[in-house]
Amino acid sequence: MCRIGAIKSKEYIHPSVALRLMRSQQKGHDNSGFAMIMQDLGGVFEGYKGLPILSMACTDEGIKIAEDILHKKGFVRLFQWAPQVFPKPGLKIEPMPNYVFQVYQYPKLYNYAPQEEKEELLVDMRLAIRHELETQDLGYVYSFWPDVLTLKEIGDPSDIGEYFNLWEENDHFKAKIITAQCRQNTNYDIVRYAAHPFFLQGYTALANGENTFYEKNKNLQKKLYKGYIGFESDSQCFLYTLHYVHKKLKWPLIYYKHTITPIPFEELSQREDGHILANIRASLAHLEINGPNTIIGVLPDGTLFTCCDSKKLRPVVVGRDENTVVITSEVTGINDILPNRNWQDDIYPGEREMVVINDELEVVRWQQ
Amino acid sequence: MATVKVNQLAKDDLFWQIDYKHDRCTLCGKCVASCPFQAIEAKVEKRRKVVSEDITPNPKVYFQTIPVIKQVISEYNFCRGCGICEKVCPNDAIKPVRNSDHRFQAKYRATVADPFKRGGRSNLETDGRTLDKIKVGRISQMTDPSLDAQRHTFDMRAPFGRVLAPDEIPLEVDSSGRLVLKNNLPPVRWIYPIIIGDMSIGALSWRMWEALAIATAYLNEEVGIPIRMCSGEGGVPVRLLKSRFLKYIILQIASGHFGWNRIVNAMPHMVEDPAGVLIKIGQGAKPGDGGLLMAKKVAKHIQEIRGVPKADLLSPPNHQGLYSIEESVQKMFLSFNAAFKFRVPVAIKVAASATSVSVYNNLLRDPYNIVGGFFLDGIDGGTGAAHEISLDHTGHPIVSKLRDCYKAALHQGKQGQIPLWAAGGMGKNWNLAADAFKMICLGANGIFTGKLMLQLAGCVGNDMGKCNACNTGLCPVGICTQNPTLVKRLDIDKVAENIVNYFIAVDHELKKLMAPVGNSSLPVGRSDALISTDKSVAERLDINYAC
Ligand code: SF4
Ligand code: SF4
Repeated sequence: MCRIGAIKSKEYIHPSVALRLMRSQQKGHDNSGFAMIMQDLGGVFEGYKGLPILSMACTDEGIKIAEDILHKKGFVRLFQWAPQVFPKPGLKIEPMPNYVFQVYQYPKLYNYAPQEEKEELLVDMRLAIRHELETQDLGYVYSFWPDVLTLKEIGDPSDIGEYFNLWEENDHFKAKIITAQCRQNTNYDIVRYAAHPFFLQGYTALANGENTFYEKNKNLQKKLYKGYIGFESDSQCFLYTLHYVHKKLKWPLIYYKHTITPIPFEELSQREDGHILANIRASLAHLEINGPNTIIGVLPDGTLFTCCDSKKLRPVVVGRDENTVVITSEVTGINDILPNRNWQDDIYPGEREMVVINDELEVVRWQQ
Repeated sequence: MATVKVNQLAKDDLFWQIDYKHDRCTLCGKCVASCPFQAIEAKVEKRRKVVSEDITPNPKVYFQTIPVIKQVISEYNFCRGCGICEKVCPNDAIKPVRNSDHRFQAKYRATVADPFKRGGRSNLETDGRTLDKIKVGRISQMTDPSLDAQRHTFDMRAPFGRVLAPDEIPLEVDSSGRLVLKNNLPPVRWIYPIIIGDMSIGALSWRMWEALAIATAYLNEEVGIPIRMCSGEGGVPVRLLKSRFLKYIILQIASGHFGWNRIVNAMPHMVEDPAGVLIKIGQGAKPGDGGLLMAKKVAKHIQEIRGVPKADLLSPPNHQGLYSIEESVQKMFLSFNAAFKFRVPVAIKVAASATSVSVYNNLLRDPYNIVGGFFLDGIDGGTGAAHEISLDHTGHPIVSKLRDCYKAALHQGKQGQIPLWAAGGMGKNWNLAADAFKMICLGANGIFTGKLMLQLAGCVGNDMGKCNACNTGLCPVGICTQNPTLVKRLDIDKVAENIVNYFIAVDHELKKLMAPVGNSSLPVGRSDALISTDKSVAERLDINYAC
């Protein structure tokens, strides 16, 4: 099984914390990859909050193609940063030639464009770049969004950490929210796009489990929005459902849970809002999930949440101290990075529960 | 010597030949009494007998006239091979034997100058069933543990009614962050994914129909299986219309509109809404044909329920006055929705055909959102009566057509919005649960079944021409007849019990199939769970091929 984790802190934290969180759960994965998304960035990116950052792993030619596409549209590169790499013989890692993190200024034409339009533009750009990179096999683009940075690599997480020097804390590479996953790849080819977390328009999701309704989910989602592409992993569907329910339909977050794990019909008839829930269930039956899963998600405003499938066959635990909240697959991870917390306050979410952490790090437990 | 009459019908022309052992027969007469077709009669034969009564051999020849049972050779009273005589004979003295060299249908047409009609099913089985070439191949192991069919709860409900796309549901977020409805929505009923299909009272005897209604009510109220039963064309007894059990009955309207005036008259007295309305455009057994109820079956109570004289009741092949899908939607669906004040879902049933997908596509795009279901009936669907030419030579198998319709919806991103229900040979191999599960994986929301119910009630017919006399009004077991003597052969309580028991078993079996694929709700469209051992089937249905 994969191991997944998310850290949200009042202070900027370094990816080494995420690596430690994952390392203590090492047993659960097979070194087929490590990936992380950092949101609400500090360090060198702190001064560029509103501007989109392009995250890619690619060849030299790949960079050029991406830059050309963006320049042609009128994007202007403001800043770029690349992690220093430390190749050493024996590291289990299959690195790409370049890791690109570039901050862009929106095209002038969009200066007065509504937010919505800018958001669509960013998706269009990422899709266009992805398309070009894919057709020519020149690399991968993970995200193009303000204040977000994505790193995905194939190999042993410890070695990946060494390669990027992520074990050593420093001040230029930090964020307040870091989600990460170590992979146990069972179903599909080991491709970078398949590594969680997945990201779209400020939404992040990662999951541990198996989406047995993948086929149904995918078949419906393919038609719902241009950004719902790829489907390299059966868990990508969870991100798209989140995005669809929360962003497209503008339903409150609780209806994400109602969509993926609808309440049984017998209970619906007893509830005051049963009528509404039944309609949602009918309408989005194809987005239900029925396999064993734990999902962690981040919303554009930084809200962090976790929930499980309706059988709760995959573990997850939430631990916290006054500055940091951690959600992860196994408590050993939290023990490692928050050894002094009160473990009696740890939460093991139930199958009908959603645990939501807002920006003040208040934890809300919401029962379906 | 008389001329040899080779052109006359002879025993060797018939479908079935009676194998009679006169040495075992005690002439009790039971067989003759119970053959509803008068295909056998008591006759006498002249027999030669040699006896010797002396101490030394002294043979004497006697001629005796002795009574025997004889087969009738006639285009009208021919043996149907139903086997009732064999069933009732206490001495094993009589049985029908299939005659593989028969030429009966030719002789029949040549004599009667009329199409050969019969009931039952398609009798030209050329190949095995498609559904039997499909297996449930994706079994959960460790990554996605299978469930325990005995312990886990399963949410087996299918929608009957128009489902709106999520962005079309008139929802609003209230001050507490909850969604609230701003407007009414089309009605959707969540029912068991198997419906007892439309067989009219008239085609079925009143006892058979009552047994189905009792079984339906019992399954709902005592067993907790929310199954629905469709009335078929031809009306519903007023007592039932006014009862609280109406909520389990889907009322059918077909092109003949038989019985609808009574339903309309009963509306003010209804204490419950019906489960739904099903507009029948076509059926699988005789696609392109309307209903056919022979005058022989139009008994007095049928005349009353349907409001007709005793005559052959032929529904026209289409609804008069409707010439387009758009018109149908506007006139027919709107009026039936309006009749029940938009509280009752209205669905449509068509015969599977090359055009089904166009119809479905069109309905999916219907701006009124009032089509509450697409019932698709395949070639193996059963019937009370039809021309043999239709039964054997028209129609479309159901499986690929269902799949095509599902994929058409998928292509539009509208799967599930007009629920797909499909039938035609469901349970033909006696395993309704397996058929239902596979159809659901291929994209059906649910299935409906009819003929299997007759088999459970004791129908002796089969797909190889046995009995198939549903059109004669002489069903030997009292299922498809209004003849009071024959109807009495049917034990209502026993039939209801058989059907209830069968569905309890089916419910277990459905869970037994959902559990290993790890699903607690219906796997609609989960074609990845299926494999086919037949390459062409796999290709056509777009499922995995396994060998
Ligand atoms: S098999 Fe049926 S139809 Fe034929 S003689 Fe016997 S009872 Fe009559
Ligand atoms: S037993 Fe009755 S229902 Fe069955 S085939 Fe014969 S006539 Fe039809």
